[in-house]
Amino acid sequence: MSTVTNVLLVGVGGQGTILASKVLAGVLACLGHDVKMSEVHGMAQRGGSVVTQIRYGDKVYSPLIELGEADVIVAFERLEAMRWVRYLRPGGTVIVNDLALPPLPVLIGQAKYPKGLIEEMKQRGHRVVAVDANSLAREAGNARTQNTVLVGAMSRVLGIGSKEDWLQVIAQTVPPKTVEVNQRAFELGYQAQ
Amino acid sequence: MKKLLTGNEAIARGAYESGVRVAVAYPGTPSTEILENVAQYREIYSEWAPNEKVALEVGIGASLAGARVLCAMKHVGVNVAADPLMTFSYTGVNGGLVLVSADDPGMHSSQNEQDNRIFAQFAKIALLEPSDSQEAKDFVGLGLEISERCDTPVMLRTTTRISHSKSLVEEAERTPLALRPYVKDIPKYVMTPAGARARHVVVEQRRAALAEFAETTGVNRVEWNTEEIGVITSGVVYQYAREALGDRVSYLKLGFTHPLPQKMIRDFAARVKKLYVIEELEPYLETQIKAWGIACHGKDLFPRIGEISADLIAEKVLGVSKEVPEPEKLPVRPPVMCPGCPHRGAFYVLKKLNLPVTGDIGCYALGAAPPLSATDSTVCMGASISMAHGWMKAIEGERPDRVVAVIGDSTFFHSGITSLLDIAYNRSNAITMILDNRITAMTGHQHHPGTGRTLMGEERPEIDLVGLVKALGIDRVSIVDPYDLKATEAALKEAIAYDGPSVIITRRPCALIEKTQPVKYLVKAGKCKTCRICLRLGCPALEYDGETVQINPLTCYSCGVCIDLCPTKAIVREEGEL
Repeated sequence: MSTVTNVLLVGVGGQGTILASKVLAGVLACLGHDVKMSEVHGMAQRGGSVVTQIRYGDKVYSPLIELGEADVIVAFERLEAMRWVRYLRPGGTVIVNDLALPPLPVLIGQAKYPKGLIEEMKQRGHRVVAVDANSLAREAGNARTQNTVLVGAMSRVLGIGSKEDWLQVIAQTVPPKTVEVNQRAFELGYQAQ
Repeated sequence: MKKLLTGNEAIARGAYESGVRVAVAYPGTPSTEILENVAQYREIYSEWAPNEKVALEVGIGASLAGARVLCAMKHVGVNVAADPLMTFSYTGVNGGLVLVSADDPGMHSSQNEQDNRIFAQFAKIALLEPSDSQEAKDFVGLGLEISERCDTPVMLRTTTRISHSKSLVEEAERTPLALRPYVKDIPKYVMTPAGARARHVVVEQRRAALAEFAETTGVNRVEWNTEEIGVITSGVVYQYAREALGDRVSYLKLGFTHPLPQKMIRDFAARVKKLYVIEELEPYLETQIKAWGIACHGKDLFPRIGEISADLIAEKVLGVSKEVPEPEKLPVRPPVMCPGCPHRGAFYVLKKLNLPVTGDIGCYALGAAPPLSATDSTVCMGASISMAHGWMKAIEGERPDRVVAVIGDSTFFHSGITSLLDIAYNRSNAITMILDNRITAMTGHQHHPGTGRTLMGEERPEIDLVGLVKALGIDRVSIVDPYDLKATEAALKEAIAYDGPSVIITRRPCALIEKTQPVKYLVKAGKCKTCRICLRLGCPALEYDGETVQINPLTCYSCGVCIDLCPTKAIVREEGEL
């Protein structure tokens, strides 16, 4: 029985997956776990499909998560949730931002954005937590805090650290002027399920 | 407390702790963050050099003067720096020098996936391969010691998964080091044929000494579990193997991989019944091990292409394969030019005029992606301009093509200058477009000689691009705003009409630096006839839902380029507050 927990953060370049992974890594560091984390930089960041992989536990070797081994997938967009869902282990959880960002082939009319993605994932037996991060971020006071809303939902699913731990790491990670709005966004994400 | 650092952050820390005085690089994924992090340590002089050859030569000079030096570049950057590297191997160092080569198996952000371990072998220098961030940090210090003790440049080879993965690192204090005294030594440092012949003998002696060091260094170690199966591996692949095979096999984990510890490998091979050599890309270890007459599995089981995974190792070594669901059939999401990207206008006009385009390395490589699909070829830094010249010379008097070379500002400073000199002097009618977005954009906004600021934050006069181009011998230079499609088209048409070489500078800062304009645009209801001409721009903010085109207010940059394209004038400014 592996003692390593695998978390996959997936989204579209520019959505703030890296900031969310920084917050998670910060909390994990406080808790004294062994941690490895892998990011994508460079060209893929220009609006492409991006992924951050986080593994923590007693002892972590590989920085990468194999197919079918993610305990939790946090998807910042519906299509990306579906793209990466094959990495989910049986019984794992997908937290999905109920948001569609059409990729270029859809924007220029060469492909259709698939419908019913969340229902499809549920039908396959996955535990799906859908979060309307866009509305909640606006409620918090800034549409750009969608990533922090998702961090809130993720903290609840992972069940590690106290809420104060997370709020404190957020305060240390986001730009000083945005601490309050991000903490509100976290709270709304935390309550969103 | 241990810190969670990327391999690149750890390398920067290693440079700091081991008393490095000078650090030089040209940005390139996955190496860029090394120097960005070094720059935070004010004790180290750090700079972005215009290219990797210059970076290494600056490093050689600093080493000669007696300082410890770190140079960093991506794998293809070492190609640019290969000329000094091959001979620097002969002169050796004064202050220690570590050259980081950040390789990119899988080509996450590169034009090829060459295995630079072969470069270390080719240059006959020491090679270190860390397998996590702690080793990445420690190997900088170890590399500098080896460099000074054995009088060799040392290559520290990472891969994307080392450079961009975080793991825990124990930090230490900086050990300040005095400059080593410089002693003039012409036979050692002046590589004329006579000097170099003598130095090559020294290099071969050094290789023997390094091979002996490889046998005793702690970074080459056996992790013994069983005699049934042995695995020889290095770098991040060690972690994949541990993940997949656990304690079911024995490991020879190599951190120092050129020259290889032949005796250690022979002993390990003799103790196990079955031997696997697991490595990404080239059979670098395997070829040498097989040449010693040692039987092993390697590239008969593992690909030479792309990255290796823990699952693949489990399958090939233990015969454990798991059921893998097929990839979902979903619309792909390739990288795209950002909303408001100034490159978009330039490529739109090039596509419209149907001109052959030789491209270059940067975000604008995306000019080859649909729907713009404007670029005909992309090879390496600076090649756009020289390729355009070659094309024009080949067709002279036979075909009427007018080739346009498209190159970014940072790439032009990197290695476009000499190519443009060639066009000017050897005279062809090639047109060069310099996409001047005032930054090195693709790698995350690094300064270059045109930005007016250095890596360490000092202000400098910006290099005058027009003056430089004219000084190279190009008489016809124009500047246009690439948001202005009409002006860009007119500039290109004038260049085509001109019998001689010309340069068009499209000037507009990267959309990720300049803030969004404080106006919004929208598609006026009822006016859009769904001709979809605007979609030819490939702008992610223009969305076609199967019936009409809409502008996404969250992603629109308000560049206004689409306004001029719309034949029914359906795209309008939204007045009032945002």
